[in-house]
Amino acid sequence: MLIIDCPWCGSRAQTEFTYEGDATVERPNDGDEKAFFEYVYIRDNPSGWLDEMWQHTSGCRRFLKVRRHVTTHEIAGSAKPGDELPEVRHD
Amino acid sequence: MTRYSIFSLARNALTSHKNWTEAWRSPDPKPHYDVIIIGGGGHGLATAYYLAKEHGITNVAILEKGWIGGGNTGRNTTIVRSNYELEGNAHFYELSLKLWEGMSQDLNYNVMFSQRGVINLVHNDAQIDAAQRRGNAMRLNGIDAEWLTPAQIKERVPLLDLNGGGRFPTVGGLCQPRGGTARHDAVAWGYARGADARGVDIIQGCEVTAITRDGNRVTGVETSRGTITADKIGIAVAGHSSQVAQMAGLNLPIESHVLQAMVSEPIKPCIDTVVTSGSGHLYVSQSDKGELVFGGDLDFYNSYAQRGNFPRLEQVTQNLLTLFPAFSRLRMLRSWGGIMDMSMDGSPIISKTPLDNFYINGGWCYGGFKATPGSGYVFAHTIAQDRPHPNNEALSLNRFETGAVLDEKGIGPWAKLH
Amino acid sequence: MTDQTFRHSTGGAIDRTQTLQFTFDGKRYQGYHGDTLASALMANGVRLFGRSFKYHRPRGLLGAGFEDPNALVQLRKGNRTEPNMQATRVELYDGLVAESQNRWPSLSFDLGALTDLVGKLFPAGFYYKTFMWPASMWMTYEHVIRNIAGMGKSPTDVDPDKYAHRYEFCDVAVIGGGPAGLSAAFNAANAGLRVVIVDDAPELGGGLLHRTLEVDSQSGATWATDVEHRLRAMDNVRVLTRTTAAAYYDHNMIIANERISDHLPIPTAHTPRQRMWQIRATEVVLATGSLERPMVFAGNDIPNVMLASAAQSLAVRYGTKAGERTVIFTNNSSAYAVAKDLSDAGIAIQAIVDARTDIPAEDVVMAEAANIGILAGHVVMAAEGGKHGIKRVQVGKIPESGAPDIGDATLTIDCDLLAVSGGWTPSVHLLSQSRGKLRFDDEKTCFVPRLSFQRERSAGACNGTFDLASCLSEGTAAGIEAANEAGAKATALPVPAASTEAPMKPLPLWSIPWPEGNHDKRFVDYQNDVTAEDVALAHREGYRSVEHLKRYTTLGMATDQGRTSNVNGLAIMAGLRGEDIPAVGTTTFRPPFSPFTLGAVAGPEINEHMAPIRRTPMHDWHVAAGAPFVPAGAWLRAQAYPKQGESLKEAYMRETVHVRKHVGIVDVSTLGKIDVQGKDASEFLNRLYINGFGKLPVGKCRYGVMLREDGIAYDDGTVTRLAENRFMVTTTTGHAGPVMIHMERHAQIVWPELDVKIISVTDDWAAIAIAGPNSRKVLAKVIEGLDLSNDAFPFMAFSECTIFGAPARLFRISFSGELAYELNVPSDYGHDVWQGLMDAGADEHIIPYGTEAMGIMRIEKGHIVGGELNGRTTADDLGFGRMQSTQKRYIGDVLKDRSDLIRTDRKQLVGLKPVDGVSKIPRGARLVADPNGPRPVPIEGEVTSQCESPHVGSPIGLGMLKSGRQRHGETLIATSPVTGQDVPVMVCDTIFVDPEGERLRG
Repeated sequence: MLIIDCPWCGSRAQTEFTYEGDATVERPNDGDEKAFFEYVYIRDNPSGWLDEMWQHTSGCRRFLKVRRHVTTHEIAGSAKPGDELPEVRHD
Repeated sequence: MTRYSIFSLARNALTSHKNWTEAWRSPDPKPHYDVIIIGGGGHGLATAYYLAKEHGITNVAILEKGWIGGGNTGRNTTIVRSNYELEGNAHFYELSLKLWEGMSQDLNYNVMFSQRGVINLVHNDAQIDAAQRRGNAMRLNGIDAEWLTPAQIKERVPLLDLNGGGRFPTVGGLCQPRGGTARHDAVAWGYARGADARGVDIIQGCEVTAITRDGNRVTGVETSRGTITADKIGIAVAGHSSQVAQMAGLNLPIESHVLQAMVSEPIKPCIDTVVTSGSGHLYVSQSDKGELVFGGDLDFYNSYAQRGNFPRLEQVTQNLLTLFPAFSRLRMLRSWGGIMDMSMDGSPIISKTPLDNFYINGGWCYGGFKATPGSGYVFAHTIAQDRPHPNNEALSLNRFETGAVLDEKGIGPWAKLH
Repeated sequence: MTDQTFRHSTGGAIDRTQTLQFTFDGKRYQGYHGDTLASALMANGVRLFGRSFKYHRPRGLLGAGFEDPNALVQLRKGNRTEPNMQATRVELYDGLVAESQNRWPSLSFDLGALTDLVGKLFPAGFYYKTFMWPASMWMTYEHVIRNIAGMGKSPTDVDPDKYAHRYEFCDVAVIGGGPAGLSAAFNAANAGLRVVIVDDAPELGGGLLHRTLEVDSQSGATWATDVEHRLRAMDNVRVLTRTTAAAYYDHNMIIANERISDHLPIPTAHTPRQRMWQIRATEVVLATGSLERPMVFAGNDIPNVMLASAAQSLAVRYGTKAGERTVIFTNNSSAYAVAKDLSDAGIAIQAIVDARTDIPAEDVVMAEAANIGILAGHVVMAAEGGKHGIKRVQVGKIPESGAPDIGDATLTIDCDLLAVSGGWTPSVHLLSQSRGKLRFDDEKTCFVPRLSFQRERSAGACNGTFDLASCLSEGTAAGIEAANEAGAKATALPVPAASTEAPMKPLPLWSIPWPEGNHDKRFVDYQNDVTAEDVALAHREGYRSVEHLKRYTTLGMATDQGRTSNVNGLAIMAGLRGEDIPAVGTTTFRPPFSPFTLGAVAGPEINEHMAPIRRTPMHDWHVAAGAPFVPAGAWLRAQAYPKQGESLKEAYMRETVHVRKHVGIVDVSTLGKIDVQGKDASEFLNRLYINGFGKLPVGKCRYGVMLREDGIAYDDGTVTRLAENRFMVTTTTGHAGPVMIHMERHAQIVWPELDVKIISVTDDWAAIAIAGPNSRKVLAKVIEGLDLSNDAFPFMAFSECTIFGAPARLFRISFSGELAYELNVPSDYGHDVWQGLMDAGADEHIIPYGTEAMGIMRIEKGHIVGGELNGRTTADDLGFGRMQSTQKRYIGDVLKDRSDLIRTDRKQLVGLKPVDGVSKIPRGARLVADPNGPRPVPIEGEVTSQCESPHVGSPIGLGMLKSGRQRHGETLIATSPVTGQDVPVMVCDTIFVDPEGERLRG
């Protein structure tokens, strides 16, 4: 099962976390209906690398970003929501 | 098309079965078709079949990246039912169930559709309410639904522990007697043979890599087997809907997730009906070969891997054994996964799109297999007539914009929770 | 009891001093400690072990271990019975009872074999072509099919045994304890790393235990035993025997199923029967060995046609002669060592029929030394015999290329055993599960590892390395590499000397033509009865991809998952397609590698441990008071408090009347409680709720409704300002978890710039609602530090205070519509405060009340709960439209105005009363004009809550009805077809009791 590195708590098994979803969606600041519609409903849903949010629900309760390949389940790394994710290693 | 029957079987037995013909041809793609269906799963094949049968449109190609039926059609837990609450779903799935009821004869291919009933167990008072409310809608919509007491359930499912391991006692159940199971691969093969016999070209090993456009129209596809143009294109690619739709410039309200399923070793008959439970999310039945077929929730993270992880197997098995303690000493033979196209309201999309001649069928969540004939039927209509059939009007892509979503469980816009 | 006529007097790893009694199909036999059920039966001369799935053909052993598809038995009886057990892997114990399966009336005389006689009617996939007429008969046909299908029988009783789950972490996990695995583990352990080694057998050693090989100048088995002892003595090593590594999951997790006590009659007291290990390894070495495969020829399933390695294992490990006169049929060199071992065991070798025209020199030498004749360039075309064993073989020259159907048998050889070697298939299951890739090695005629994806490497036979010396050195190298990758600086120990083994030099020969006059079936998949003719039929009909082949013919889908059949099947298909084997490819390898017990997968968290139960701080009080409980999510809530002789309904009707007349307390601890703090806490809540919280004064509560971002009503509750920068938020019981996450998501990700902190305090506070005209009087006796008069503490006020000396929070809020308060005390005080209130309120006739009475009172007041807040209703649907602020932005404010959400014919919250004033409104009923009209009947709405109201004096209900607010006074039918009820109801206002709210504010 997946190992996810919580930036606060360290490496933990996936069962301690709850999946949130695509981390690249941002809530629009203004009241544009189309923008809100896309924020709520439309997803890129890539088959390769995805930046996604997980929450450490059985731990510190913080949200964290993870860069994961959704076909191989490789994880490139994780980061606090405001920080940069590590680059994907192509070795 | 050689007709299948006990007579042809016996006749061919005399010549050691050397004279059976191909169930479908393997033609090379032509440069142009009236309609291209991208996706050779049950839905795509059924669509092509009904395009030919109901609408006389036979200049059709099905483009399948791998081998037909290799996606979710070959991976599901084979449950067929139409016990949906919301009208937009109920009438659609009931149309599908009615088509199931004549399918083997229509296709002259035994899909082994077994109407042995589906029982939804409920375990507390609130669930009784919700289940009876749903059953009442079913009955008013002309769909069969019966309320069963625990004693009646125990009679039909003797190995069920009514006490639910002391944690989830069964307090009743909603039964759809006409629901049941079918042989999933046979559905793909039956529709393929039927479509092929009517002139549809089934092109396997043909991956679509691009969709060409001219303004608001699609004009054709680039594939691993060359360029093919078409007057209309429909996609039925389930878990890959987002990728293929993006080739045409469309983004969808779909997330792809992994759903696992499991079978036990084959054993003599011990469970005669399909049982689902609201104690967690569990469904179990026994195949004609004798294997228990069961499953539960998604793994709950986006995935195209077609494989999941062990925690879900643990949890589904815990649920199964809590209700069926006698199964503890049986063994799991095999587990696998598929790519579930989870829509943002839990209901499918069979629809025209903002593009003039591009049609989409996807977002099936847990409901794809049972919908196969109905989906093909209405999708064929949508493509042929360039407007939805009454039974997929509510399944439109733009319902997310207007708010007319079909959210059976009231979960909200979280794809994975549906 | 039959004596063991086929037991060799010496040799084997069995203990002849420990005789064991066992029963098979009602007959008693003897065996020895160290036998498997299969080896003991073979020693007793039993050759017939089972009947095949479809044709009910008599079957004997094909393999001696994992790979055997035939000898499946029902083991044990009663509540410990288990179907489909491989007799080759059942360790014999005293008193063992087993029965053959899938035959009637007996194994020897099975009526099912009639299907074999008319076998031509039942080729692969025959059921797709028939049983379609008449349509009404399908369920009857199916009933027969289902009863014929299946193999063993499911237990019907509860499993008495227990299963445990364990987690292990290590630097290097070695899967397989043969020569490669032992070398890898020992080297990695020697480097000081934490090592786990896993093997399916009772002892480590792998193939060394079943063959006569030498390592380090001693028998391979002795060497293996010695290494095992040393590994077990090391602190940093865990040796798991009787453990099957079944699955390889993401991030180097291996699932391994340990059979702790399956080799005993029953588990020892206080010990689990099996354990499921979840092993997380930094590095993995796969040393899983390889399995022999048969060749496909007429009659290849007759009992005592077995794999050469099986005959060898029976002789070497189990001291058992599989026959007296054997023919060996091979396409590779591994069979020559078998010939020698069988000859040494006293079995006469009639001939080695070797399909290769050029026999390698080493093989010729070995055969000559043992005085065994070789028929080079020849093949066995047919095995002939009966259900008790083979009698002879038909042999002929290997046919010219072009794969003719019929060949020319020139020779007949009598034998009672045919040992076949069709080549070896590396066990690459775990590698493939881990996403590793394979390639087909033409020289070795097998699939071998090509590419690793996770941190693993393969060594030994599973890597296509078949000779012992290379297995030892490869295992050493793999162990060192794994150790170094895991961070050690390891140096290799010297590789021990070992017997030389010649290379296999296999001929790629998979199936053999029929001889003239013998068209017996040629089996590819033994268990599912799939023949070479079925593969040809699949090809003929277009099911040519490897997955279509499998699914159409069911090849490889039996309990052995194609171990001995997959490669032969796809090779035959490749030949038919005119392509090479890699072009056909393999089917996907899926977990588990070998079937594992469901009880072990589930572990201990079943039944009451399947999901946690949450109990309130006052739970024990409710139990002692005899209250029945009702689940609310994971919580248990007291339903009512029946007195002596009272029914449940009498109890809660009494409670309802009593509370509105006097006073009562109810446990509301399950509602979510969230503590929200920070300078921006009020702004944060303002953005969450549809109504305003920016200006909520300190010491005040306010009812709030929040939407989802899609504009649908999500949850409701009360928000109380405890201090300038501190709020207490309550949620419904059911949504507490999701709302918490909703708030955390917005505080952490969406508005990280806000200074707000959130914490769940649901379990920290016991919550008691005290309601009724006398509630103030009771509280005044026990609340300290607070003036409870209506002016000082009006409706929706809040204050901290003390009760019985404990710190408390008092909220004047009301769910019941009576004068009421909600009291929060720290959980540990909950029980005593509850009791204290009961004592203090004796004069005021205080009673406890439960969820039923609470439910009636809230329906009487038109308060919504989950049935109305069902995830599909808008605030306006529920009557809160005007609560939606136009002065601020909040979650859901944009999408709530989408066209479908503002339609005027949407279902709206209404009250309902039966027209006759007496009939109960059916739960789950739908609201229609005419329930007997033609289907589909237009559905106008539904009943969402209902009860009998003692205060209204009639049943009442709430519901959602199209344009409901415009339809007060209208009559509809509340219909429940599933319970056969139709009740005419009138649409009315949602508030039935005290609509002006006077009791609340007094």
